[in-house]
Parts: sequence; structure tokens; C-alpha cells
Amino acid sequence: MSAPALLEIADLRLSYRTESGAVRAVDGVNLELQRNEALVVLGESGCGKSSLAKTLLRLLPRNAVAPEGVVRLDGEDILGYSEERFRREVRWVRIALVMQAAMNALNPVIRVGEQVAEPLRIHRGWSRRRALERAAEAFSEVGIATDFLSRYPHELSGGMRQRAVIAMALVTEPDIVLLDEPTSALDVLTQAAIMNVLKRIKAERGMSFILITHDVATSSELADRVALMYAGQIVEEAAAERFFTAPAHPYSQMLMAAVPKLHQQQPPRPIPGRPPSLLDPPAGCRFAARCPQRIDRCSEAPPSTTLAPRHRSRCWLHAGGKR
Amino acid sequence: MRRTTSVSETPGSEKPGSERSIGERPGNPSAGVATATRGTVATGGVEATGTGAVTTGGAATPTAPTYQQPHQPLLTVEALQTHFELRQWGFLRVGSVRAVDGVSFTLDHGESATIVGESGCGKSSLARTLLGLHRPTAGRVTFAGTDLATLRGRALKAYRAAVGYVQQDPYGALPPFMKIRRILEEPLIVHGVGTRRAREERIAAALEEVGLEPAHETWQKFPHQLSGGQQQRVVIARALLLRPKLIIADEPVSMLDASVRAEILELLRTIQRQHRLALLYITHDLSTVRHYAHRAMVMYAGRIVEQGPVERLLDRPHHPYTRALLAALVDPDAANAHQQRPIPAGEPPSLLHPPSGCRFHPRCPAIMVGRCEHFDPEEAHPRPGHRVACWLHSR
Repeated sequence: MSAPALLEIADLRLSYRTESGAVRAVDGVNLELQRNEALVVLGESGCGKSSLAKTLLRLLPRNAVAPEGVVRLDGEDILGYSEERFRREVRWVRIALVMQAAMNALNPVIRVGEQVAEPLRIHRGWSRRRALERAAEAFSEVGIATDFLSRYPHELSGGMRQRAVIAMALVTEPDIVLLDEPTSALDVLTQAAIMNVLKRIKAERGMSFILITHDVATSSELADRVALMYAGQIVEEAAAERFFTAPAHPYSQMLMAAVPKLHQQQPPRPIPGRPPSLLDPPAGCRFAARCPQRIDRCSEAPPSTTLAPRHRSRCWLHAGGKR
Repeated sequence: MRRTTSVSETPGSEKPGSERSIGERPGNPSAGVATATRGTVATGGVEATGTGAVTTGGAATPTAPTYQQPHQPLLTVEALQTHFELRQWGFLRVGSVRAVDGVSFTLDHGESATIVGESGCGKSSLARTLLGLHRPTAGRVTFAGTDLATLRGRALKAYRAAVGYVQQDPYGALPPFMKIRRILEEPLIVHGVGTRRAREERIAAALEEVGLEPAHETWQKFPHQLSGGQQQRVVIARALLLRPKLIIADEPVSMLDASVRAEILELLRTIQRQHRLALLYITHDLSTVRHYAHRAMVMYAGRIVEQGPVERLLDRPHHPYTRALLAALVDPDAANAHQQRPIPAGEPPSLLHPPSGCRFHPRCPAIMVGRCEHFDPEEAHPRPGHRVACWLHSR
């Protein structure tokens, strides 16, 4: 088919230990990401999308059970790496992260420039001077005047702080930048400006992105491919054109209809019901309880079916009779 | 230096030459008498606010006059200003943050309007001023014929019952250590609503109305046991309990998931229609206004720059700022990923030192040099009900 994937995730599972039992936040996720591709992981809150991001970067809280499955980066299983090797060779060197509300995660008493330069000094062992020069380049790349390097975080607006955090993810020139809800706390204009920056960087630098968000409209600003997550599983994965115009899975269809749109004449239609608890997810299709196209078969877990090259759906409607 | 500044409200802080400044300083005890000259109201009481049969005192003044004139709007806001004084070390005046700086609009009974603007444009300060949480620096708010500044004691309490508030962050708005039932009972106790039994009935009815049946199960729970959407429903139920005439919803869905947003907005719309409530929906997201409001007002740097019927505003925006906001918004479409979006340069101005003339002029792509930066734009009326504060349209 195509070139070997830059990142390949196979049957990834992650659960958290809680007082009421194991919460299966990521439950058998398969994904792949090509070079210079932007993959959007869409989903409602609590569907496990942030857990997926944390698993990829091994930033898991203590109550997480060690993840199972395979995560291959350029063919190498990084899930098997030791903690030290992962820190040296993968985190921020090959995969960088822009966390949710990261703009509030900057250290308030350290100048922004120093913070942006820090990954280079730590991972590459660069001198302070050289790292700061590179940080200045990263600043202009994301559209902040370089004199802001010597400012403190509170002197920057929310949008500028968010850009600074993106600059921090870019300085080490990683293969993949993972963005977890990078714009959800920002205004429309600031949001659009930041998406402009990401689009430009993707085109100029050929980087790959994984964008994790619940915001369908914003996701379309970067997406080459979309993976929709529901209750810990990917229910549909498709090219962006396909997903935004003719999604296959009933949940995808209902989600698209539920999104308020600027130029739509009929009001959005909410999806009735709630997602199932991840403590004890239903044995069959996890969306069955809310699905208008439910059939008897749905009490069994549907397999992930390939509808077209790189288009998969987890639904009995598409799996047909075969198991 | 600035770091040591603190913010304090400035009731009646002087603003020489503020347009149409209407006399009262909110702190002035004689203000109540002064405004009664407006004719319709003699005693400073807001109407009994429909707290209904179970109301046992508190809210209603038995002699409250009826002042329902044929075409009187429910809410009239005239040249409203809310400034916050900035002080250094607690006493040196540094300046004022002009959060709301000359806002005028009306809202009819049963009408729903939306205020759209970016963060820091003053929309929440406006909401809080209307709720009586900030004192206006100048200007006037009239609710059902009564000047807000004249309200004291019972009348003020009645006003607070007549205006419901839905906050942005439902979790922050619900005390985490109280069960839902206790949270909802509180306003009823404060406003002296009947017996325990009557309160329970009303709470149950409100919970059912927002779709949280069975009520007796929901009210046993703590807020953290509910999902974000359910928490916001509880907040809406609380806003409804005292049978308000106006609900102010400040970013009610911005913390919620896309699929839950439609649900909550739909709920607000249903409630607004069923009870014929006036609704002021404050948001930064223009894509959520089309189906949920009759009228939209776009706010920038403390002022309303354009207002009109929602459809008209979305389909034929006149102000360059409104156009910029609309151009920045996208509907889900794979083509978006391959085009840069036009964004006006710069950031919203500081409200401590707002730009002269039109406040949008430093970012405006259509600036007319020599005019826009010197003179406040006059309001133009491209159509009845559609108002734009921009020199492009007023000539």
C-alpha cells in the first residue's frame, strides 16, 4: 500500500485503578500516522482521548496500569523502551506535546525564552546562548515578536502564551507534535490565528500532528484524517473529506448533526443519552444504547471493518454477516 | 510596578463628558426619589415576579403597582458604563478599566438576545452589572419600569428573584459539599418560599423541567456525581426556581462538549419559549447563536459595535469586526486544512487605555485614516432594528 507508517498503534489498552474498579480508558485502539500527516482524534470528554495522548508520551498518573499493546515509531516498539531510554530518545526528541491549558502551565517566575529553550539544553545539551537563538527562531515561526523572549508569562496574552508553548514543542524539531485541545480555552480569532500557524508549520516543515479535540469545526482546520473515539474505542477512522461529508458510523453521523454550524438552516440535533461508564462498559457495541439503527446483533461487540483503503468503522451495519 | 495594583469598583467615579450620563450615583440615598419622576413607578418595587401562590412574603410588596405599559421593554439599558478603578498599593489611582463603556439596548418580554464578543470585551462585566453585582459608573438600567439604582431591601431582593443567572462553569457554580436538593432549596429559603413540602414540590418540578427525572434520585446526589451537562441542567433549574422574567446565561455551554452544547442550548430555548422569558445569552461563539436568539449584539472593547436580528447579522454583517469574527469561524469541512484564514492583526485593546475614536481602528482592514482614529463612529441604521457603529456606514 503506502509507505510504512511513522507511528503505528496496535491494540493499545490502558486502564486506571480506582476504588470502584478498573476504568478502561483506552480499550483496544488501532491507529496509524504517516509522515506529514495530521490525524485528529475526536471525541467527547471522558472517551479516553487524553489518556491516549498520555499513554503515547508515558505521562501517566500513578494509578494507571502499565499499558498493553504495541506503539511503533518508525518500526521500533517504543512501548517496550525503558523509562530512561524513552526519556532520552522519544519524549520531546521525537514526540512533543502541547498539553490542554498548557498556556497556564508555564512557570510564572522564569522568563518565557528560557522555558522555550529548555528542551534543547536538556535533550541536546546545547549552550544557553545557542538554545536561546533557536528559541528566537521558533518564536518568529509561531508569530511572536522575539523581544517577548525576555518577558515573564503573565506579560503575555493567553493567545501568545499558547503560541509560546507551541514554540516549545517545535524547538527540538520532533517528528510528531501531539496537541491536546490546544485552542479550547481561546477566543475565536486567537483560535483561528493559532490554527493558521499550525497549518503553515505543517506545510513548511513537513511535521506530523496528532490533534486531540472535541471541537469538530476546529479539528477540520488541520485534519488530513479523523479518528472518532467513543468510550475508549475508535469507532470510525477516515480521510477528512470522507468524515466531514459522508461519515459511515451512526455515532459519527449523529455527532456531525449535533454540531452547531454557522451556515446551517436547521438547528443542531442533540444525541440523546449519555456515553456508558468506562468502569463497566457494555459487552456489545458501546454506542448501541443511543443508536437509532440498533439491530439484535449489536449486543455482540462489532469488529472493526475496512470499508475502503484507510477507512474503517466499528459497526455491525458495515460488518454485515461476517464475524 | 503595575504588579501591585488592585482592582476596586468605582461607583460614580467621575467621567467628565460621558454622554447622556444620567445623574444617579448608586450610593446616593436620594436617588430613589429622584428617578421616580420617570412617571410609571412610584414605589421602588419590582413586580411580584410571579413567585406565585407559595410566596409567603419577602418578594412581593402587596401594594406593588402595575406598570405594564403597552410597549415598555422589560429591560432598558441606557449609556451604561461600568469602570473598575485600578489602584497601586491599595490607594494610588492608576486609572480605570473601562469594561463597559456606553452600552445601550433594550430587551422585550419573552425576547431572546445574544451578546457576542471575545474575552475581555466587557460582556461578563455587563452581565454582572445587570445582575446588580457591579454598580454602574454611569448610565441607567431599567427593569420593568424601575431604575435598578433605586432598588433597596425587599425590592432589590425581588429583582434578584426576577433575574435568573446561568454561569459558565457549572461545576464552579455548585457548592461541592452540598447535595443537589440542598443547593436548590437555598434560594427558596432565602426568598421565603412556603413550607418544606412546597419547596420540595417546586424543586421536583424544576428538575423535571430540565430533564433530570426522577427528581428524588437526582437531588440525593452531589454535583461531582453528575456529568457536565447534568450539572449545567441543575444550574438552569436553580435559575428557574424563583420564576424569573429574565435569564442571563453567561457562556452557558463553553465548558461543555460539542454534542452536549446543542442539548443545553435547546433546553434554554424551550424554557425561554414555554415561560415566555427574556433571555440574554452571552457567548464568544457566533456559530451557536443562529437558532437560539432573536437578536444579536456584537461587543468590542466595552461597546456594542453592531446589533440586529440574528439572521441579518450573520448573513449580512456590516461592521468590519463582525465580518472578521464570522470569517474566522468555520463549519466542518476538509478544505479548511488547506487555507489560511484572514485574521485581523493585533489583539483586543487594553480597556485601561482604549484606542481613540473607533476602538477597532488599529486592527480594522477598512480604516479610513483621518476619521476612524479621531472620532467615535456615529450609529448608522442600515435597516430598522439593525444598528452599526462604523464610519463606513454612517458617512
